[in-house]
This record gives sequence, C-alpha cells and structure tokens, in this order.
Amino acid sequence: MIRTASAILRKDLTIELRTKESVPAMTLFTVTVYVLFHFGLDRDSLDGELASGVLWVTLLLAAVIGVTRLFATEREQGGIDSLLLAPVDRTALFVAKATALFLYLLLLEIVAVPVFGLLLLGPDLFAAFPELAAILLLADIGLAAVGALVSALAAETRARELIVPLLLLPLVVPLLIGAASATEPLLREGGTSEDLGRYLALLGGYDLVFVLIALAVFDYLLDD
Amino acid sequence: MYSKGFKPLAIATVVAIAVSFALVFFYAPLDADQGFVQKIFYVHVPMAIVALCGFVAGGIMAIKHLRSGDRSWDMRSYVAIHLSIILGTGVLITGAIWAKASWGHWWLWDEPVLVSFLIVFLLYCVYYPLRFSIEDPDRQARYSSVFAIAAGAFVPINFAAVRLAEAVTHPRVLSQTGGNLPGEMRLTFLVSIVAMALLFVTLWKLELTAKNASMQLKRLRTTLELRSAT
Repeated sequence: MIRTASAILRKDLTIELRTKESVPAMTLFTVTVYVLFHFGLDRDSLDGELASGVLWVTLLLAAVIGVTRLFATEREQGGIDSLLLAPVDRTALFVAKATALFLYLLLLEIVAVPVFGLLLLGPDLFAAFPELAAILLLADIGLAAVGALVSALAAETRARELIVPLLLLPLVVPLLIGAASATEPLLREGGTSEDLGRYLALLGGYDLVFVLIALAVFDYLLDD
Repeated sequence: MYSKGFKPLAIATVVAIAVSFALVFFYAPLDADQGFVQKIFYVHVPMAIVALCGFVAGGIMAIKHLRSGDRSWDMRSYVAIHLSIILGTGVLITGAIWAKASWGHWWLWDEPVLVSFLIVFLLYCVYYPLRFSIEDPDRQARYSSVFAIAAGAFVPINFAAVRLAEAVTHPRVLSQTGGNLPGEMRLTFLVSIVAMALLFVTLWKLELTAKNASMQLKRLRTTLELRSAT
C-alpha cells in the first residue's frame, strides 16, 4: 500500500513541479489577500487577535484553492478512470492525495508566513517560531485529511468549484478556533500563552478524528 | 413498508404536543426575571436537541447504508437530515427571539451553544447542493452517506471546540439545558422534549411513506409507458 501511495504521490508532485499549478496560485492568492486586508482594515501593522485571525483566515482560503485542484488533473484529463481501473487501494489513493495536499500547504506556509511577518505583522515573527511551527504542522495535518475527503466528495458533482468551499470552510471551523486562539498570544508583543497545550490538544484530536473518518469512508468514494 | 404503526404514533404525537403546550401555558411557573418570554425555552431547547440528535441519527443511518448497501437507509438518512435542517431553522429563529427578549441582542457570539449550532447548520445546508448535483442515483446515495457520516462526527467535535474557545474568556455559570431547573419547569421541559421527538419521528415516517409512494408511482408509470409502447 505504501508503495502504491508513494507512486501516486510522486506522480502528483511531478505534475505539480511541471505545471506549477497549485502552490504558486495559492501563494499568490495569500499575498493578494494580505494586500486586501491592509486596505480593508486600513492598518499598516497588526498584532494579537487581529494578526492571528488574518493569518489563519487567509491560509484557510488559500487551502480552498489547493483542495479544489486536488483531483482536477485526474478529472479533466480522464486519468481517474485509469487510476481506478488499476488495482489501486482507495486508502493508498487517500494517503497519497492527503500527503500531496499536506506538502502543498507546507510549501505555501514556508513562503506565506514570512511574507505575513514582513508585510503586516507588527511584533517580531521569530519570537513566535517553535510554537507557531507546531501549530502550523498540526493544522496542516487536519486540513490535509479533511481537504482530501472534501475534494473526493466534490469530485463527482456538477458544481465542484461551488461545493468545495461551502463544504470545507464549515468543517474547518474547529481547526480555525484551535489554531487562531493558539497563535494569538504568540503574535502579541511580550505575550505568553498558557493555554497553548489545550489548543494543541484540540488540534491533535481534530486531526486524529478526521484522519480516521476519512480512512474509514474513503473506500466508498470514487468507485465506478 | 414505512407506514407500519403510523396511526398510533400520530395519535401519541398529537396528545403529547397538546399536553406539553397545556403544561407550558398553565402549569409551568413564570420565570422570575425573564417573565413570559422564557416559555419559548420549551420550544427552542427541545427543538435544538431533537435536531442535533436527528443529524447524528442521519449519520448512523448512513453507516448502515454503506455497510449493507441497502439504499432505503440512505433515504432514511436523507429524510432525517432534511427534517433536522427544518427544525434547525426554527432553532435559530426562536433562539434569536429569546436572545433579543432576555439579553437585548438578536445574536450573541459569546453564547457557545448558539454559535456551534449555526456552524453545524451551515455545514448541513451544503447537503442539498451536494446531493442534488450528483445524477447517478447509486453514487448520489453513497456520496450523501459519506457526507452524513463525516458531518455527524463533526457535530460533537464542533461543540467541544466552540465551548473550549469560549470557556477561556467567558466562564459559564448556569447550564442552559436544565441541570438546575425547579421541578415544575423540569417536568414541562421533559414532556416538551418527548413531544418534539415524537413529532420528529412522525414527520420522518410520513415523509418516507410519501417519498416511497411517489417512487413506486414513478416506477409503475414507466412500466406502463413501456408496455403501451410495445
């Protein structure tokens, strides 16, 4: 199963590397949204709640783009049929797709978070670093699991581009609550976070539940 | 197949609703600081509890559908979610009225139960566009079931997360669902829950029977058309 999953993942990453479709689009989108927030809020620098809210909402909206595109290449070129005709375990497909999305999100954040620090954030970003990295990682795992599930759910519908954001955004509200509340004290000048452990536990629990659910129900999606 | 025992159930529902309204208006005491408007509590909270149970039940029926491959379970799950959404609309409206009357605002973001309910409601609203944008009936049933399971599991997680976020800033003193109600209020409240649950089951059966009948009619019509064509 791991071999199949890594083969599909390699294929996806090669396509992404050659077409440069998802990650650059997501990155560009985040930077544009920062500019929008700058003018919308009419603020030159943000901190605390506002900073963490802007950062997380922007990242989640960018994730919507990645999730919409996740099965797009297979759909458009008909590759999904050959993929499903091959003796590929659905679980392997899920693992590959979720890992691809996880890597896209990671790449996006490597660029988007420092850019946020540069453009909008008032306090120093590096002060928040080890904790922020842990929050980002945990949130990415949950986003990747939910995103792969939503993407597969929406792949067969007529209005894919419509269903993905409508479905994904309410589902990630608990993730946003955990991530934004955990990040908020880190982005405040001299802020300390006493509740960090609790929010990390929330993120971890969310990840665990949705990875398990997705693994359990993915078998019923995408078969003809 | 769905109409078995419908008549006694319908009668029980009518009686339970009549009794619960009688209790609400003539038996339950007036709330000391909220007065008459507090009586909306006997509609609002049972409706919310039944709607949430309906969502989770829809998920359980969806599991049954995926395990057995029997499409009638998908129909049950669909009708349960459909009715829960209708109740959910009622919950949000009565909740807003109650909030306006007792706190002076139509909407309060620091009320975790209300906020969680809105998120769950928004998620389940996507059930319709998802379900009806898939044409193949078999696939429609399967995908809807997957949604119902994921969303059913999401309900408790979401409530826990919203409560966690609020607990830090707004400690809750009094639980809303009636942990410390006086006896007469509690009795009225329990009867109201039973009445609302019975109403839900009755409507659920009615809708299933209607859907089943119209499906059979359609099938008969196609057979008839085929036969008259040849």
